[in-house]
Amino acid sequence: MIAEIGLAVLWMAAALAVLQLVSGVLGLRPNTADVGSLVRPLAVVQGAMVAIAFLCLVYLFATTDLSVKLVADNSHSAKPMIFKIAGTWGNHEGSMLLWVTIMGLAGGFVALIERRLREDTLIATLAGQAFVSIGFYAFLLFASNPFARLSPPAPEGAGLNPLLQDIGLAFHPPTLYVGYVGLSIAFSFAVGALVTRDVGPAFARAMRPWVLGAWIFLTLGITAGSYWAYYTLGWGGWWFWDPVENASLMPWLAATALLHSCSVLASRNALRAWTVMLGVIAFSMSMVGTFLVRSGILTSVHAFAVDPERGTFILALLAIYIGGALALFGLRASTVTEGARFSFVSREAALVFNNVMLTGTLGIVLVGTLYPLLTEAFGTKVSVGPPYFNPVASVFVLPMLVVLMVGPLLRWRSDRLGRITLQMAIPAIVSALTLLGMALFAPPIHLLPLLGITIAPGLAIASILPLAGRNLRRTPVATWGMVFAHFGLAVALFGMACDSAYSTEKLAAINTGDTVEVGPWKVKLEAIVPVAGPNWTALEARFDASYKGEAPVRMTPQSRTFTSPPGNRAESALKTRWNGQLYTVLGEEGQDGRWQVRMWWKPFVPMIWLGGVLVALGGLLALLGRTASDVRRHRATAKIAERKADLAR
Amino acid sequence: MSASIKPKHQRLVLVIIALVALIGAGLLAAYALRKQASYFYVPSDIVASPPPADRAVRLGGMVEKGSLRTDPDGITIHFVVGDGKKTVPVKFTGITPDLFVEGSGVVAEGHLVNGTFVADNLLAKHDENYVPREMQDMTKAQADKVVADTK
Repeated sequence: MIAEIGLAVLWMAAALAVLQLVSGVLGLRPNTADVGSLVRPLAVVQGAMVAIAFLCLVYLFATTDLSVKLVADNSHSAKPMIFKIAGTWGNHEGSMLLWVTIMGLAGGFVALIERRLREDTLIATLAGQAFVSIGFYAFLLFASNPFARLSPPAPEGAGLNPLLQDIGLAFHPPTLYVGYVGLSIAFSFAVGALVTRDVGPAFARAMRPWVLGAWIFLTLGITAGSYWAYYTLGWGGWWFWDPVENASLMPWLAATALLHSCSVLASRNALRAWTVMLGVIAFSMSMVGTFLVRSGILTSVHAFAVDPERGTFILALLAIYIGGALALFGLRASTVTEGARFSFVSREAALVFNNVMLTGTLGIVLVGTLYPLLTEAFGTKVSVGPPYFNPVASVFVLPMLVVLMVGPLLRWRSDRLGRITLQMAIPAIVSALTLLGMALFAPPIHLLPLLGITIAPGLAIASILPLAGRNLRRTPVATWGMVFAHFGLAVALFGMACDSAYSTEKLAAINTGDTVEVGPWKVKLEAIVPVAGPNWTALEARFDASYKGEAPVRMTPQSRTFTSPPGNRAESALKTRWNGQLYTVLGEEGQDGRWQVRMWWKPFVPMIWLGGVLVALGGLLALLGRTASDVRRHRATAKIAERKADLAR
Repeated sequence: MSASIKPKHQRLVLVIIALVALIGAGLLAAYALRKQASYFYVPSDIVASPPPADRAVRLGGMVEKGSLRTDPDGITIHFVVGDGKKTVPVKFTGITPDLFVEGSGVVAEGHLVNGTFVADNLLAKHDENYVPREMQDMTKAQADKVVADTK
């Protein structure tokens, strides 16, 4: 019964989205403008409906209703409850339903709270949002119905891929999805503003919180995904340039550029066309990412649940939305481009540089990700990996980081470098000293990690400098946000560079009682014991790991065996210190009874994810600060209007 | 850009800068891809035209039955990969993927050094949903078996 209700409610939500689009289009015409007042309530009800449909699916998964095909294919009654619920979106149909649900809720939320936009722009925005949703509703209802029944019901479910039975992965996809779909709001805003030719500071201020929100979730999602891949796949790597990783990185790069250009538009009324363009590009990258992940067109460790026919459907949606938005942009761009001027040395110019470099990086990643597809069309199979991405992306990223040290110190519109020479000298000296120290005391390392370790301390100092000479209590929260985000970037950069420069790996086959040395650690294998979990059994290694003669700590990596579906997974064990992380993996038992073990000592590697969290925290502070100041601005405007009305009386 | 430049001209300069940067990125990407993309070979290809030792390539094929042996260190393995016509010896140091067994398909990433393929990484069937795409159509003769093995 619940499945039928879910499907019916989903159809109703789709119908409401169509109504929302139609009333939006009519509402923009002068003689049927009254209809426009329907758009807001329609968006709210549509959001509520699709949320109910999603909750129905969650209920079906939580109760393991095996008469529903999706549940039977992806769940199992013996799974822990948390993974039953997470199983709702651990598959193709469920994740697509989650996608439209977040979209519907976000649209409803915009309709409820947005008061800064011109009414006609808001109507156009919500109509645009409905237009995008309709495609996804059609996709769900015609190509991948999550509520389809199975007759007769399965006796037991097929289970969830063991690789996905991990708490990190239970919450990682929804986080990324909120980010992707948040960008759909930015897209709709851009389309709405193009339709009504209303691209200006008010539009940018209205769009900015959505971009910030999406960007925070993307940042957290990428950080969490990287950490998940690091500890769960047992390869000790935190970034692989895998197509699915790239699929989340590309929207993040576009959103980062959009965030900065949005600030320029909001406070300086410049970069109008560029900001709108980035709004379109950012969501396009979310769609391209979804297409790459869901179509099965690329090989990836993460690309579960793939189906070429659905890929074609997503590709068609991609073509309609991106093509449509770009055509609209082409028609309207000339009417929105006039903006304020600025000089070569100014905050705006630094942000333009940042935008160009981020877009360049995005281009590099996009080309590298799509290149294997292109060559395969001509019959050559290639794969593109770190040897391409690392150096080529660095060509764009490193200059951007250098400019980032200076940019926040510059004034808007026009400035002189002479004014900030002293401030610029501090990070430059810190970086120079770091380089000197490295040359004198550290073993030689490759160029890229060397540059990273050199730039990071300078960038860390430079990111705090905007606070210098300010009353810290009166410093706007948004400024603190910028400081945190830039500082977090420096922290992450330092972790990345240290890991690639100074990681040590040890691979060995050992008996119980043997000791392995890895970096400053001595690790002794005490015993191998069998253990059992809710739906798996495992062999567990008991290691005593001692750092430079300190008292040993216990580490217990496991080699887990799952029964439904059958599969093996290595569960690594990590020991974190302030200066790095020891990583241990238990392999197989050899024919001679020795156990394969793999260990890494990774100096400062946790700083990568700590940095990511700091960046996201910076985004959150900026969002809170901006929202607070927008509310104040709104109240002040209302008060002035009240006074005027009083005077007129 | 001094304040005397018209907004229209400033916009033009910005557009030109952006275009130059993006075209630069494209050219750089194209150049790097020619050098850095790793090509996929089956044993027949690699025997017919061996890639230079400094080029990273991927080798795909079937692990020949009875060819797998482990060095005394317990972690270095040697095996032979074949495609039904030609074979290539492979050396790998590390923990093998869970589903790496004789008679099954494998894709090895690495370099060809003096006729031996030295693998940095092995991709086997990770689970029932993940199959290295290259393995699905290696050679006509092997296709059915590989697909059957890896599906």
